[in-house]
Amino acid sequence: MSQFNYLNEINSLATMDGPITRGPLQRWAKKGCNENINPSLSNSFKNHSNINISSCNQSLQKLSISANQSCNNSALSNNKTPTRNENKKGKKTPSKTKSPGHSTTPTPNKASKTPNKADRFIPSRSNSNYDLCHYMLSRDDDKSEETPQTAAGEAIGRALNDTEPGRLLQYTCKAPAAPEGYQNRLRVVYSQTKVPSSVKCNTRYIPQAPDRILDAPEILDDYYLNLVDWSASNILAVALGNSVYLWNAGTGQIEQLLTLEGAETVCSVGWVQGGGSHLAVGTSMATVELWDCEKIKRLRVMDGHSGRVGSLAWNMYIVSSGARDGHIVHHDVRQRDHAVANIHGHTQEICGLKWSPDGRYLASGGNDNLLNIWPIAQGQHYSQPQHILSFNQHLAAVKGLAWCPWSAGILASGGGTADRTIRLWNISTGSNLNTVDTKSQVCSIVWSTHYKELISGHGYAHNQLIIWKYPTMSRVAELSGHMARVLHLALSPDGTTVLSAGADETLRLWKCFMLDPSKKKEPTDAKAAKSLLNLNSLIR
Amino acid sequence: MSLQQTKNCITLRGSAQIICEYLKFSINSVLFQRGLYPPETFKAENQYGITLLLSEDPQIKSFLTNLLTQSEEWILDKKVKKLSLIILNVANKEVLECWDFNIQYEDGDTALSKEKNEMVGSKDLKKIQQEIRDVMLQVAATISYLPLLDCRCSFDVLVHAKTDCDIPEKWAEAQPVAIANAQNVQLKSFSTSLHKMETVVSYKLAD
Repeated sequence: MSQFNYLNEINSLATMDGPITRGPLQRWAKKGCNENINPSLSNSFKNHSNINISSCNQSLQKLSISANQSCNNSALSNNKTPTRNENKKGKKTPSKTKSPGHSTTPTPNKASKTPNKADRFIPSRSNSNYDLCHYMLSRDDDKSEETPQTAAGEAIGRALNDTEPGRLLQYTCKAPAAPEGYQNRLRVVYSQTKVPSSVKCNTRYIPQAPDRILDAPEILDDYYLNLVDWSASNILAVALGNSVYLWNAGTGQIEQLLTLEGAETVCSVGWVQGGGSHLAVGTSMATVELWDCEKIKRLRVMDGHSGRVGSLAWNMYIVSSGARDGHIVHHDVRQRDHAVANIHGHTQEICGLKWSPDGRYLASGGNDNLLNIWPIAQGQHYSQPQHILSFNQHLAAVKGLAWCPWSAGILASGGGTADRTIRLWNISTGSNLNTVDTKSQVCSIVWSTHYKELISGHGYAHNQLIIWKYPTMSRVAELSGHMARVLHLALSPDGTTVLSAGADETLRLWKCFMLDPSKKKEPTDAKAAKSLLNLNSLIR
Repeated sequence: MSLQQTKNCITLRGSAQIICEYLKFSINSVLFQRGLYPPETFKAENQYGITLLLSEDPQIKSFLTNLLTQSEEWILDKKVKKLSLIILNVANKEVLECWDFNIQYEDGDTALSKEKNEMVGSKDLKKIQQEIRDVMLQVAATISYLPLLDCRCSFDVLVHAKTDCDIPEKWAEAQPVAIANAQNVQLKSFSTSLHKMETVVSYKLAD
């Protein structure tokens, strides 16, 4: 017996043009079975629109053909390609190997419109109402019996009755519209666009890959902290978890400066201006520690906050700290009573804090979406307790803050996920010079010292760095490579390299502001050394 | 006899209440999921075994309460065929999205109805809630394919009633709405054995 089975099987396999005996039913055959029992109604019909009705009529014609056809096919089930219709006699489908299922697809006659004027007719399933058409068709056929028998027929009949005139009512006390200025939060997710390269105005060569990648294990993925700073003496301070590491960018040496005990974490680091070896460290214990990095020695611990210290800014011998409690405390590092001023600056956590290069203004950005500008107190190096400007244009936390190094009073600020804009401000006039939607969270901003450009670090979706031309804010370049958002940026003291710290636990060095080798570069070496001396004399 | 008493029994009013409760949660869900209103104006509530969000806005709340109490009466009288939640662009009043809630009236448990002398259903409440939960999850999932509503939006609910339906105070007749180049997606339906609810979303296909 088995050998016969085997032979049969071989035979059936070898027969190319025979009917398929095994396997699932052909599509046309399945359709023939399903046509009558499919109870679901296409929904487009229920819209009562004229367009839909007309499309129904169209598909009605189509279906009348296919229905007949499927009957024929099921009866014959042979290898012959069936003829279409009486009015199309002699037009056989050229290829015999085509399955009969294909041939049931009706070809419209010349008069009917083919979509897109293509040579093939591709029926749009979503537009044609097969169930309805079939119902209409079968009802026409047997008009004698009015009541449809099947459940599907009944359902369709109900749907047809739906067209009877009804009343459309509405409650006149309407619900309010969304509040003015509210933006759909889904916009953040669904309007990510990569800008085509043609938009970027590239005038110089910018390497698209990082120059170096350093590991930064356990770097906190927290938008509100400021965990890297690059000193004028070319030492990079990075806070990883509860430790601070110093990376000498010249020699590549790494030193561990400190480790906090227990679950405490380092929340911010800030180098003293001018290349000194003093580093301020903000901690989750609400203290600001001052370290001498040459001797690896803690000089003092300064309190004054009730929340973690997420931002630090130096102005001469004053270190200003912004904390989660919304307060800015100015510490005079020389005095025993270090807290010279305590300002209630924001209602929520302060995440951005920067002194202007001339030391006349302090900019602070908070999670309350505000950007405040504080003028310097008369004859002092800390700010007055009253801000002169407060900008509420940002729609999210303002973390990215950077003062223009060459033009006094120009400030760039970037907003968080719900805002995604970089705004340029003129503090002297209080005006918003320019606004650009970056389509991504702005985590950090740094100005170039060599070019009239600024660079910003971004989060979802591309985790890229974008270089912008000032003041037009046109894109110069996009640097991508980080696998998670770019949390912090720092510029090297020579101004050529940007360091980005990503939530993917890497630090990447981008040589994106390299000077043209043909240009002479002997800029500020002498000057920098001088100011360094001056500053060091100021700090005891 | 004892067997029948343990049988689950849903009255017409109870069924209408289930339907209106579903409408309340689904409309709120749409408002939240589609980002029509700021998410901070919504409050989470546990219902049907999942967490759903209800608007806390007093105006939206009162609008929906009035709408649904009236609708419940109409559903009891079998006057309503469909409720349409339409989402409009505030700026140009264009209809961007339409959520149709089709109500079909079913016979329930005929044997039990005869015995009780009123129309009742005998579907297990657990089963109904399970079905509703499935629809709710689908509603939440729609944001993955529905186009972004990138403008200030408002919503309205139109009731498709029968012609013999009276117009109560503060109600008015409305014009039918149409969405140009619409695409329809039918979600799962559920039934209380007295009412069957079908949810359909139609949206403007992106150009």
